[in-house]
Parts: sequence; C-alpha cells; structure tokens
Amino acid sequence: MSGLIGTKIGMTSFFDADGKNIPCTVIQAGPCVVTHVKTKEKDGYSAVQLAYGERKEKNTPAALKGHFAKAKTTPKRRLIEFKGFEQDLNIGDQVTVSILEEGMYCDVVGESKGKGFQGVVKRHGFSGVGGQTHGQHNRLRAPGSMGASSWPSRVFKGMRMAGRMGGENVKMVNLQIVKVIPEQNLVLVKGAIPGAKGSYITIEI
Amino acid sequence: MDLVKFAEEALIEKKEFPEFKAGDTVTVVYKIKEGNKEREQLFQGVVLQRKGHGLTQTFTVRKISNGVGVERIFPLSSPKITRIDLNKRGVVRRARIFYLREIFGKKARIEEKRV
Repeated sequence: MSGLIGTKIGMTSFFDADGKNIPCTVIQAGPCVVTHVKTKEKDGYSAVQLAYGERKEKNTPAALKGHFAKAKTTPKRRLIEFKGFEQDLNIGDQVTVSILEEGMYCDVVGESKGKGFQGVVKRHGFSGVGGQTHGQHNRLRAPGSMGASSWPSRVFKGMRMAGRMGGENVKMVNLQIVKVIPEQNLVLVKGAIPGAKGSYITIEI
Repeated sequence: MDLVKFAEEALIEKKEFPEFKAGDTVTVVYKIKEGNKEREQLFQGVVLQRKGHGLTQTFTVRKISNGVGVERIFPLSSPKITRIDLNKRGVVRRARIFYLREIFGKKARIEEKRV
C-alpha cells in the first residue's frame, strides 16, 4: 500500500462531461520525506515511514530531532508508516503527488470533527420515541428501555448509549481522484472526507 | 493564494457572460433534453440574487408566468447554459431583492438604470 500525508483544504464542485455536478474535496498532499525504511530482515515486515507538515525546531523533542537529522530534513509534524510501499525508497527521498493519477481510486483517513456529548438519536441513529402526543412531554429523543425487568434484569455490555461523538479516525474508501495538480501539490477527490479544513489526512492507494 | 480557487481554475475553462446583478432583467438560454433531442429554451426574468463564488456560484431568476410567480436557480458554471443576454439594468438598493415576491403588478416594477 502506497500513500501520502496531506492537509484538507476545502470543498468545491464542478460539472463533468455528462453535465453532472460533481462535489469534490481539495487536498494538499506532500511532498513527504522518507524518514525510516523498515525491512523484513531487520523488523519482520517491510514498511516506509513518511513525514509531513512543518514544525518549529524548539517544539521538537531531542530524540525526534535526531531522527529527522538522519533523513537530512527539517522537523515535521506527522509521521505515518505505510506497510508494503510499492516504490523502492531510501531515507531522505521525497514522495509527491506524482504517485497519483486521475481516475485512480484511493482511501482517505482523517480524524472526524468532534461533536461533543451527543444523545442516541444523533450518535447511533435511534429514531426517538415517535409521536409527540399520547402523554409524551419530555422524552422525544430518549433511548427507551435498555435492560428489562426479570430477564436480563441488567444492562448488557456494549449497549449503545449517549456519549462523546466524533474525533475518531474515519476511513473513506474508494474515492475517485478527479484531478492532480503537481505545481501546488493538490489532489482533488470525489466526495467528502473526514475532518475540518486544515486538518491532517492520509491518502492510501 | 487561495488553493480552492487555484483548483477551480484548473478544473474548468471560464465562460464569458455579461456582468449582471440583482434587479437586472436577463434572458437565460439553456439546453434541455427531450427524449434524444436537445433544444434550447429561454427563461426571461428579473435576477433576485447571485449566491456563492467561484465554480459553485448560482443566480436566481424570477418571472411571472400566466399570473404565477416562477423562480429558477441556475448554476453559473453549468454547461447547459449557452448564453445569458442582459435585457435591462435595474436600479435596486439591495443585493438580494426577495421583497419582489410579496408584490405584484405596478408595485413590482423596477426602475431602469440610465447609462
């Protein structure tokens, strides 16, 4: 699996040759620096570690500074490992959007927007109580019964309840690449991707 | 530079339309499909608003058809639009003239801009 690290820029839409309006997301991806190469002989599996995003030197731990110095690069924010990278790479090499082509399909991983503490209707898609009449006055979005009386007489583990929503890693699979613009390291993928504008995302192919 | 704008410019070539804003009367010439045939249709009316920017910009046109108000929203970059003719420039004080929906007849006239 090859990949790239990037930043979500925003969304737009355009009309394709059939006259359909295609929504797409603009991603600025790469150039990423290879900071570590794992081999089957030494580490038990083969992988490539990529780095992306500028970081101030004074905010970088000394151990990481040494790690980046080995690759002869400035400190970076994101370090992500890709197992079984298709290209042969050495430490210090750069990976750019040139590995992507128009029409290819890719997966995009990002951290979804945090939604805070949410009820079961929004968080798990419960349908709520139903009617507003027949004696309901304060339980329209309540979860309902969860552990009945004589059996099971307890609440099962993993019962879907209210709680923190969002802020987790989400992978969108099979997004078509609409356009690649190498001058600005831009990639346009069809559809939406997780996360806020400016957040780090990973493209996997 | 705004990278979304940069990407939009790379996606599509710009079409040339006359400058128009809310209050102007325009004729939009657009293609419609009837079965297998394609033909052009006209929609003439007053522009109520222009909304959005870049490739996603739209504009709303309102006309009175057989005594019934009809509004249509066109995406500005739609390939279906072949031409936009500017018929009349109007004098209005706002960018979105939704008050036009509540008035009919003589009250709904818009003063023409003198050049």
